[in-house]
Amino acid sequence: MNNNSYLQEEIIRRSGVNPSKCMRCGKCSATCPAYDEMEYHPHQFVNMVESGDIEPLLNSESLYKCLSCFACIDRCPRNVEPAKLVEAVRIAAVRKQGANRMTANDVPRMIDEDVPPQLLVSAFRKYTK
Amino acid sequence: MQVNEYKPLIVAFCCNWCSYAGADLAGNNRLNYPAEVKIIRVPCSCRVNPMFILRAFQRGADGVIICGCHPGDCHYTSGNYYTRRRMAALFSMLDYLGIEKERTRVEWVSAAEGAKFAATMNDFVEKVVALGENKRLEDLRCKK
Amino acid sequence: MQRVGVFVCWCGSNIAGTVDVEAVSEALKSEPGVVFSTNYQYMCSQAGQDMIIDAVKEHNLTGIVVCSCSPRMHEATFRKTAAAAGLNPYMVEIANIREQCSWVHKDMLTGTEKAIILGKAAVAKVNLNTPLTPGESPVTKRALVIGGGIAGIQTALDIADAGFPVDIVEKKPTIGGKMAQLDKTFPTLDCAACILTPKMVDVAQNDKIRIFSYSEVSEIKGFVGNFDVTIKKNARFVNEDICTGCGACVDKCPMKKIPNEFNLGMDNRKAIYIPFAQAVPKVATIDPNACNMLKNGKCGLCAKVCTAGAIDYTQKDEFIEEKYGAIVVATGFNPISMDKFDEFAYNQSKDVITSLEFERLTNAAGPTAGKLLRPSDGKHPHTIVFVQCVGSRCDACAEKGKEYCSKICCMYTAKHAMLTRDKYPDTEVYVFYIDVRTPGKNFDEFYRRAVEEYGVKYIKGMVGKVTPEGDVLKVQASDLIANKQLRIDADLVVLAAAIEPDKSARPLATMLTASMDTNDFFTEAHPKLRPVESPTAGVFLSGTCQGPKDIPETVSQAGAASSKVIGLLAKDKLTGNPCVASSNELMCNGCSSCEKVCPYGAITYSDKEFRMPDRTTKVRRIAVVNPAVCQGCGACTVACPSGAMDLNGFANSQIMAEVDAICK
Repeated sequence: MNNNSYLQEEIIRRSGVNPSKCMRCGKCSATCPAYDEMEYHPHQFVNMVESGDIEPLLNSESLYKCLSCFACIDRCPRNVEPAKLVEAVRIAAVRKQGANRMTANDVPRMIDEDVPPQLLVSAFRKYTK
Repeated sequence: MQVNEYKPLIVAFCCNWCSYAGADLAGNNRLNYPAEVKIIRVPCSCRVNPMFILRAFQRGADGVIICGCHPGDCHYTSGNYYTRRRMAALFSMLDYLGIEKERTRVEWVSAAEGAKFAATMNDFVEKVVALGENKRLEDLRCKK
Repeated sequence: MQRVGVFVCWCGSNIAGTVDVEAVSEALKSEPGVVFSTNYQYMCSQAGQDMIIDAVKEHNLTGIVVCSCSPRMHEATFRKTAAAAGLNPYMVEIANIREQCSWVHKDMLTGTEKAIILGKAAVAKVNLNTPLTPGESPVTKRALVIGGGIAGIQTALDIADAGFPVDIVEKKPTIGGKMAQLDKTFPTLDCAACILTPKMVDVAQNDKIRIFSYSEVSEIKGFVGNFDVTIKKNARFVNEDICTGCGACVDKCPMKKIPNEFNLGMDNRKAIYIPFAQAVPKVATIDPNACNMLKNGKCGLCAKVCTAGAIDYTQKDEFIEEKYGAIVVATGFNPISMDKFDEFAYNQSKDVITSLEFERLTNAAGPTAGKLLRPSDGKHPHTIVFVQCVGSRCDACAEKGKEYCSKICCMYTAKHAMLTRDKYPDTEVYVFYIDVRTPGKNFDEFYRRAVEEYGVKYIKGMVGKVTPEGDVLKVQASDLIANKQLRIDADLVVLAAAIEPDKSARPLATMLTASMDTNDFFTEAHPKLRPVESPTAGVFLSGTCQGPKDIPETVSQAGAASSKVIGLLAKDKLTGNPCVASSNELMCNGCSSCEKVCPYGAITYSDKEFRMPDRTTKVRRIAVVNPAVCQGCGACTVACPSGAMDLNGFANSQIMAEVDAICK
């Protein structure tokens, strides 16, 4: 519990998001193009961070399903910015030792001819510490 | 037991609508605060001219406190905002002159906050007593 | 030199218990100006008051100091006593030795000591007191109502009912406001026109009420009881007194493609038009931006067909000056612009409409004669999605939405959804909500009926995106309770747009020196106890200019505002508070510092001729305080750099004397 509240504070600090501003309208989840891929949806992210329920988020695949398109940030009427929260949890996950999403060796087989190299670099950054 | 216990001289300016009523409420509820506090009634805290405060210090006051309605609650809609700005400017000048910041204060006390009034006065007097007598602005020509 | 009498009250044992009253009255005897000093058990009793009256007469007292309870308790009592003794009531000062002395101190020695100092301060002050007389100002017995919606109409009718003349200024060609555009009204579902138009007729027929339609207030001067208002009557190019409203001109006008504002641009009107059939006044108006005759002198058909000869192409804007005793602001609201809400595709598709447009679409007098048809292709919609809180409760971006709840949307959306299901049972109606807020008499029952009896599908969640694809609108939304993302193919999307105060409110507030909040709603004098008055004396608030309101609330506020106006107009003279600011014209240098801090706009400037020592004259600008408007806060006295401004009853010299007495 103690560890969790530390994590919660850390995530709130890192993201700069105030989850208590959320009025639970669900516009973020209504907007999200990756909704169906996610186990925890954007509004649940906000809610779970607010209630300190961080552990399930850290272990969730949802972290890597968010495209960071920022549609939720753009449309949230209360300026909560759920995507920044997802990003902060993702950083918390990858900073944990051994929690890298992929290693450098995994990359070559994933390469698609049409993908610009810049995207690969940024994606790799996103999934590792 | 100290025989010659130091008694500071405190002037409190209270606005008629909130703080003066708050002081009355402190009386109604028999909440004690030091007798050194003497209250002057003004219609609004914004009626307090910085000149009055300087005059009080010249005449040997050890502390001056200004009490008004809470921001947003001013009977005259915006008077206490003027007070806040004016006093911020005055107090920083007093600080420059070597009058300690603790000798001056602006407090918001509503008509319902008798307890806050008494607590504020107790705290203020305690702080001023800790500083001791104020000599810096005292004009001895006035002491006749 | 004053002849001061000091009266120390025991208040039974309340004061005498901790203050040696005898010592106090004895100590104050030697203060400058004091010629008489005594103490008594209950100064406020009849015997005590008689004692004061006798002492005034016997010792020729000119000032009185009463050392007693708080002035908030008995200042008024002792002022009356002074008046009974033939003294000016403002020659009384109270030293508060009960609440601020005997009740808070336990020790007799300190209590007495403090009481003496407080008494000395009061004596020092009363020595500098001057007799004050409250100012009087006459009251012009006529009211002005700005805005002719339901709020303005009801206020005007109520004031006129009490026998006072009222003028309504309305910037549109007709009164009626937003309510005239509505179809049915919640929660009883009676039609808006059926209940509003009789009131409009009452206004037209009431000989106490004048309507200035197509007019604006262009200047306001003066103060409570005595406002001088200039009304700009825009040229409508039709003589109002002659026009019969027959509509022959409208039929013949060749300019047919002008978007009709009354139907929110969903159909067209002519260049000469009458907004709607029950308009009051029912006269035609020529739109100068559309009329060929006015633009290039070619046409003149309307003048030819007008048998009354009412058309006048040379008409000019007219300025009318009138005096009023009270002004009621009833400027109302507008739905906010949907331009910033790209996600709902309002500007991309004609089938995404606002709720007010939906009202016109279902109104029998509307563009579709009351049939619910899609604006794009005129087809009957089968799936309708209502989106609530569009722009309400939104603090993310000031240009986009409003932080407050618009209050009326939950109810009118329930009404729209219910009526749609009632009339067209083949439709599927979805309402996306964040919260359903229905506090009001029979309101929640109404909303529940929409769900339970009419099968409206309420979904907790928000619409995230609307994409027009072919002739359907792809709606992507969240259902928070099912924890699902929904995709609905809708035919019509209705947005419950937030409401905001009319744009004319801000410049009007400046003219009135009335205060506004950050959302441009007028501020009331007290949020609970004076909800229909503006802090500026003589200015009253009615309807949505003060905050979002539904019709019942608007009407009750209108009634409340009118009763306040009647209370003011019923007086022949207004008696002011004499403790107001006044400027010493010899010291004033006309710098405007005082005007800038005055919250009431009580200070103006005038040029005055002064005789100089060398017998020449010089004109100088000096500040003049209007005692009828000044409330006596004293902000100006501190702002004045030359010390010309002072406050009666709390003069600089008086407060200084108190400071000196306390610090002696």
